[in-house]
Amino acid sequence: MNVIKRFSLGLLITLFLSITANADKIRIGTEGAYPPWNSKDASGKLIGFEVELAWTLCRYIGQQCEIVEQDWDGMIPALIMRKFDAIMAGMSITDERKKAINFSQGYADEVASLAVMKGSNLEGMQTSEGINLTKKSGAVKKDLKTITEALAGKTVCVQTATIHQNFLESGDVGKINVRTYKTQDEVNLDLASGRCDVALAAAVAFTDYAEKSKKPVVLVGPTFSGGAFGNGVGVGIRKDDTELLKAFNSAINKARKNGDISRIATKWFGFDASM
Amino acid sequence: MDLDLMASSFPKLLNATLVTLKLLSLSLIFGLVLGLLFAILRLNKNIFLNKFSYFYSYIFRGTPLLVQIFIIYFGLGQIEFLRSSFLWIILKEPYWCAIIAFSLNTGAYTSEILRSAFETINKGFLEAGDSLGISKKIIFYKIQIPIAIRQSLPAYGNEIILMLKGTSLASTVTLMDLTGVAKYIISTTFKPIEVFIVAGGIYLFMTFIIHNFIRYLEKKYSY
Repeated sequence: MNVIKRFSLGLLITLFLSITANADKIRIGTEGAYPPWNSKDASGKLIGFEVELAWTLCRYIGQQCEIVEQDWDGMIPALIMRKFDAIMAGMSITDERKKAINFSQGYADEVASLAVMKGSNLEGMQTSEGINLTKKSGAVKKDLKTITEALAGKTVCVQTATIHQNFLESGDVGKINVRTYKTQDEVNLDLASGRCDVALAAAVAFTDYAEKSKKPVVLVGPTFSGGAFGNGVGVGIRKDDTELLKAFNSAINKARKNGDISRIATKWFGFDASM
Repeated sequence: MDLDLMASSFPKLLNATLVTLKLLSLSLIFGLVLGLLFAILRLNKNIFLNKFSYFYSYIFRGTPLLVQIFIIYFGLGQIEFLRSSFLWIILKEPYWCAIIAFSLNTGAYTSEILRSAFETINKGFLEAGDSLGISKKIIFYKIQIPIAIRQSLPAYGNEIILMLKGTSLASTVTLMDLTGVAKYIISTTFKPIEVFIVAGGIYLFMTFIIHNFIRYLEKKYSY
């Protein structure tokens, strides 16, 4: 009996110690499946722009960090349920998400684009280079009309719960046949297999896939920003964690001033995606 | 607890339940045909047919349903000559890929359930038929099959319930079934508990109906 008692006491103490030790650590959630933002190497280690940036920001905050993997579609619920304390997962700052969580200032931004396989009849769509949906000028409306006509009757594939899905369902491009996937990898697979006529995601997600898979994926139409596409990517933090929000904001300021963000962004994206 | 969300998501989830029921009933029909076919093959004396049936059930019972769906959906989609063949008309659609995976899976389990039911039929029944001069064919259709079906009811009821829950994997290949729509609602409201409780309740209700229906059949056909 005594042995059991002593053993359970020891167990309790270790448990308690490990909880308190964990309390000092900032746990950061990421998806690990959205290169070059965040992904995994062959050995399963988390890598990517945000993983490297997370370590840098933690250094500026002066606290230990731990990076936690989480499926994209459960990212915000997991944050709210305290599985981790911050999201760094290529998550754009949108009004819809701001209802549930807070965001730090943006640390990076990049544009979205439609992609098709070479030989698709969507190739050579006549639009401007890029459109910003925040200000819907005549030119933007004209491009949206061109896209609406081009997408009619097509199966458009997109990762679930993303700004890209929000845009497709916003009505800006009419009522279209949207198919949603759990990960961007699966969108890429079905684009290549021909199940998807066209896909929408961050432009780099497609160029990265085309480069690694050697599949003839090509970008078509304009690049998208603003409006449903949000205002850059920031750190997602629980509403009641105002201290942590401040800490991240000042860390981002410092990292930006010292050129860390643009250096890491250039390393992973091939261009300076920092903001 | 956001009760408003639970109330507003209920009709959407109920609508998605139709997709779930369609997937379930089609898979069960195909699966029953496959199961009966492979159970008969399994009882065949021909070693080739026998082994073929054995490997079919061994493979589909020995691998997770999720893996089977992924192989059929994403795996077959990678094969160039399949994509240019007429089979692609079916394999292109996530709906049919799910039906194929579910049917093959439940077919394997059903074949085992039916096989063991056939094997446990009291030899006396068959001998009785034989001694009355009834042909082998009639004995099979009029004695063996009805008894086997009655024997397998409890196990098959279980299989239906397992399959009902198995259909939730259809959401992994983009289908908007009950689970798929639940996930979709969560992705815009970020409230998984409320939505999954409603979805779980609907699954539970369907299980309740299936369970009682099988029990009713068991009573009706008891001997």
